Amino acid sequence: MSTRLAKGGRLIDRSAALDFTFNGKRMKGFAGDTLGAALLANDQMLVGRSFKYHRPRGIVAAGPEEPNALVNLGSGARLEPNQRVTITELFDGLEATSQNHWPSLEFDVGVVNNYAARFLPAGFYYKTFIHPRPFWKHVFEPVIRQSAGLGKAPKDRDADRYEQAYAFCDLLVVGGGIAGLQAALVAGRAGARVLLLEQAAHWGGRAPVDGDVIDGKPAGEWVDEAVAALEGMENVTLRARCMAAGVYDHGYVLADEKVADHTPGDGRPKHRLWRIRAGKILTATGAIERPLSFAGNDIPGVMLAASVRDYVVNWAVSPGDRTVVVTNNDDGYRTAIALREAGLAVPAIVDARSAPAGALVEKARALGLRIEAGRGIAKVKGGKRVTSVAICLQAGEGAVIDEIACDAVAMSGGWSPVVHLWSHCGGKLTWDRVQACFRPDPGRAPLNHDGGAMVYAAGASNGEMTAAAALADATEQAGAVLAALGMKPKRAKAPVAEAVAEGPMEAVWIMPQGASVELKSKMWLDYQNDVKVSDVQLAAREGYESVEHTKRYTTLGMATDQGKLSNINGLAVLAGALNADIPQVGTTTFRPPYVPVTLGALAGEARGEIFQPLRRTPMHDWHERNGAYFEPVGLWRRPYCFPRAGETHEQAVHREVVNTRERLGLLDASTLGKIIVKGPDAGRFLDMLYTGVMSTLPVGKCRYGLMCNEQGFLSDDGVVARIDEETWLCHTTSGGADRIHAWMEDWLQCEWWDWQVFTANVTEQYAQVAVVGPNARKVLEKLGGMDVSKEALPFMTWADGTLGGFPCRVYRISFSGELSYEIAVPASHGAAFWEALHAAGAEFGAMPYGTEALHIMRAEKGFIMIGDETDGTVIPQDLNLDWAISKKKADYLGKRGQARNFLASADRWKLVGFETLDGSVIPDGSYVVAPGVNANGQGNTQGRVTSTYYSPTLKKGIAMGLLLRGPSRMGEVVEFNTVTGGTVKARVVDPVFYDKDGEKQNV
Amino acid sequence: MSEPKSALGGAVSEGFVTIREIGPVGMITLRAKPDAAGLAKAVKAAAGTGLPEVRRIVTEGDRACGWMSPDEYLLVLPYAAVGGALEAVGKAMAGSHHLAVDVSDARAVFRVEGAKAEQVLAKLSPVDFGALATGELRRTRAAQVAAAFWKDGDGFTVVCFRSVARYVFDLLATGAKPGSELG
Amino acid sequence: MLLLECPYCGVKAEETELSPGYEAHLKRYGPGSTDEEFEAYMFARKNPKGVHFERWRHTYGCGKWFLAARCTATLEVFGTYPAQVGEPPAEIIEKIKARRPDWKGYK
Repeated sequence: MSTRLAKGGRLIDRSAALDFTFNGKRMKGFAGDTLGAALLANDQMLVGRSFKYHRPRGIVAAGPEEPNALVNLGSGARLEPNQRVTITELFDGLEATSQNHWPSLEFDVGVVNNYAARFLPAGFYYKTFIHPRPFWKHVFEPVIRQSAGLGKAPKDRDADRYEQAYAFCDLLVVGGGIAGLQAALVAGRAGARVLLLEQAAHWGGRAPVDGDVIDGKPAGEWVDEAVAALEGMENVTLRARCMAAGVYDHGYVLADEKVADHTPGDGRPKHRLWRIRAGKILTATGAIERPLSFAGNDIPGVMLAASVRDYVVNWAVSPGDRTVVVTNNDDGYRTAIALREAGLAVPAIVDARSAPAGALVEKARALGLRIEAGRGIAKVKGGKRVTSVAICLQAGEGAVIDEIACDAVAMSGGWSPVVHLWSHCGGKLTWDRVQACFRPDPGRAPLNHDGGAMVYAAGASNGEMTAAAALADATEQAGAVLAALGMKPKRAKAPVAEAVAEGPMEAVWIMPQGASVELKSKMWLDYQNDVKVSDVQLAAREGYESVEHTKRYTTLGMATDQGKLSNINGLAVLAGALNADIPQVGTTTFRPPYVPVTLGALAGEARGEIFQPLRRTPMHDWHERNGAYFEPVGLWRRPYCFPRAGETHEQAVHREVVNTRERLGLLDASTLGKIIVKGPDAGRFLDMLYTGVMSTLPVGKCRYGLMCNEQGFLSDDGVVARIDEETWLCHTTSGGADRIHAWMEDWLQCEWWDWQVFTANVTEQYAQVAVVGPNARKVLEKLGGMDVSKEALPFMTWADGTLGGFPCRVYRISFSGELSYEIAVPASHGAAFWEALHAAGAEFGAMPYGTEALHIMRAEKGFIMIGDETDGTVIPQDLNLDWAISKKKADYLGKRGQARNFLASADRWKLVGFETLDGSVIPDGSYVVAPGVNANGQGNTQGRVTSTYYSPTLKKGIAMGLLLRGPSRMGEVVEFNTVTGGTVKARVVDPVFYDKDGEKQNV
Repeated sequence: MSEPKSALGGAVSEGFVTIREIGPVGMITLRAKPDAAGLAKAVKAAAGTGLPEVRRIVTEGDRACGWMSPDEYLLVLPYAAVGGALEAVGKAMAGSHHLAVDVSDARAVFRVEGAKAEQVLAKLSPVDFGALATGELRRTRAAQVAAAFWKDGDGFTVVCFRSVARYVFDLLATGAKPGSELG
Repeated sequence: MLLLECPYCGVKAEETELSPGYEAHLKRYGPGSTDEEFEAYMFARKNPKGVHFERWRHTYGCGKWFLAARCTATLEVFGTYPAQVGEPPAEIIEKIKARRPDWKGYK
């Protein structure tokens, strides 16, 4: 059994006991524990079930490489699925439940998959669920989806908050082990701005656990001194609990800081995502131990050897009373020694090497430990817990020599440098034959914007596995980084770690090397996704040669641990099966994040009210107070209508239309784009921008204009006013102001930069109100201050003045067909002006109206709307707007595009009006059907509806649309399809339904 | 005629720094090439300052002139003084190609005050505050919208568009919540 | 995420402060041009693996368009320069030639 030892534990505080629960069972731990350590201390080795076969699974590791021990953490609004117990800090009241089992962890029905394992080989899904085809969608997929997945997504809104922050540094050091600390010391002393990140809550990495000695002191003491020295440097920032998740272009790094994971509900942000821009990046991310592939290596109690050591030394937790160590290298002996020194039994060290030698081997011998050299594990026995191991010759086929009773197995297959961050942005690797691992190739580092190296690696992550080598490497790499930054290291005595003479490791990919298929089908490579040695070998036999294809076929390394334990072993097995060299087979691609990052951190502050910016007009508060129903127009929120008590939106819209046509309507038109264009060349510029001529527009007058892109397609429209000799004001659509302003600047800066024109986007300077209807003039006259008569201010003119004491600019323009004034006042006066209009207009029947009434009224008048009648494939000529296109101008943006033969063709779909024969409203999106079918067997079409409404004015359905050679087909009856499958007949008519002669707007 | 109203009516939020909406503040966008005749005179007359260097803002009492782009300056002045300043600019630059417009109402202005004011902005803007020069006017984005700020006294003055005043205020207030200091 | 220095205001802007504008140094073809010329101007864009010239706008900064020469494979930036030029400045050409001896030129 696993238990807490009576003494020791460098990271725990025995005076601070913490209560927590696992699957409802009450347990105790100490401050400083990880959840993994605390579970083991409570003899909870079984923590989950595997994904495919539902085999019982225990804790394997002590860090982020843990493949098995994923739990649901918390509950309700604080439920987090798939949390690794090995990197979860224990806190009082923590609740964890195991996942991926049904109905319980101890008894899981899904385990039948285990007995059917030989029928579920690699690629099983691909092979089995192909036929019959319809079964995939209706039978197989729903069943597979039901059984798939690990934790369940939380149902409640996350109670925590998250944020992001930017950080900048000359050097980012990732990893707070001795290599990272030393590199930070060298760079910090040289004056560089250094940011040092450590994913765990404590500093120092492995060295204090491994008993290393630095400058004659225990490593732990050196670490404490180094951290204190760094904390004393103004130019150095240290962040623990901060995991560098990904390295991106030009020194950009994302890091996830667990600010309050261990103090939930204390009001601090749970996580903070750091968006770091570093001049250089140095990874000191250490190495990850590899499992060994022997039969039964997934039975709970089989753990990584160094992780066993971590539990003993860091948390005073014994994973087992009797632990067999199995290794192919000297480091495994450290675990045997640590266990023995903690008073625990080590019945044997099974060493695959025939003649192990070295200081650690000698020490183990001196302690009287039994060393089985040249031996391997034939099989681990046990169900939910290891009970014994059968040992055999490593060189043989697995004939059992001896069986040793034990309740834990500590395995060490050698170490793989953590090269993830090095590789994210293109850093290449080289195969180290001596240590049987991939390590960074410094000649092929990821590159920065200047073409120089962006990432450096130091210490174990650079393949320098011993403390002595790692420290020396860190000093050297930090020096190289400083040189690249144009800085010099200060002269200082480099720390030296005592060297331990280690014998060479021996690569072991399968144990024993001649294992039978039966044994190999019990050798797990990927614990989380249930991929075994036999699966990879099967893939190879089936012709998979690329590691990238094999990965996807077998799902090796595709679980949430992303193959931290399994990749190299899987690769080696594949290489063996293909009879190829490991470097020839190559590695899979490392992609961010290194450890999963919670979605909350990626969203940061962008949720709720600040999920995205909402643009509000100066009258927004009034609209809210008066019950407006809003609709988004770009990022603006505009009132769609102002429903009264008991009214539907439709009824409100119809009331607003009728009231505006018969009395007085007020529209908040502030969102309309307003761009000032000024300069000696402004007229010439606008003549290029618009299809019509703006340079001849007299001062004081307004003119409607169209803008096209270079392909000739209509992009925006609006009324232009000539302010003075050199100045024009261009109105754009509400959604178009920023885009059109950028479009103008693009041409002025990049094509006609010698033209003397300045622009300014003054959209938000003004609140603008459309005062519309037969009573419009009356209300303005009542406010008083300027002459708004037909004579003084005729249609399509503007004037400056005051109304009711408000400084304003009044445009006589109409988008409704009624007598209409659009009045701009400074935004700071917008709300007051709006209220003044309502007060003065009450006696004239003033009502606010929204965007839907505006749409209906413009459709009744046959006015086009950008985005309704246009969709990026429509030219002005399609909309019969030839009158707004100058034939005389030699050039304007879009003129050449419109000359293309298919756009100039007579067979275009062109704008017409439609009136249904039965008075109904044509459904939005309907097409005009044509005889026959196309090559895909779909019915042919000859037109489509673009705007369709019930007209409260005409009391029937009206529509505009595009129809093949439309204007030549007036009076013809055509048929629209409807979404429900029927058709509706409509007559082709003039798109101007209301006041064809424009008498009403011109009074 | 009503009193001019700033977008949020002077909203305040107290966190580990204080966020205050100020204003209305007078602002003029002045577009002109740096060598335009009368430019220095116009800026002196309207803002009381000399021409700022690239990316700098020069302050003189309650007025300032900021460099916005190679041919754009931001004149900051009391709201009521805008009309007179526009006239002065027009006079100084008569016959010289320029564009001067009142943008006072198109902006919202905030003060972010306190020892850790910088931390709140560092959550929103991809700006290296360690490299921010004295008197620097930084145009950038605050989360999803355009913003500009400069260090002034015991904090920063932040300018954004009026329509997103509420969004920017909420962003700043959220970033300044107690307990979320960057440490 | 790219980092490009705006040649107008000197800000080392990250990509989120910029807007992309695709290929630089295009010649506009208007009325009177042949279909082939117009097609080339409008639609035929370079997409090299290697040295490329692009337009970028410092949208969240000074608002100015500038041009950048960079390697699309390694993301090395050879330089940024104002947009008001017909072809890349000589010093940028020299720098590219020094870094990429096999480069065939910008045309």
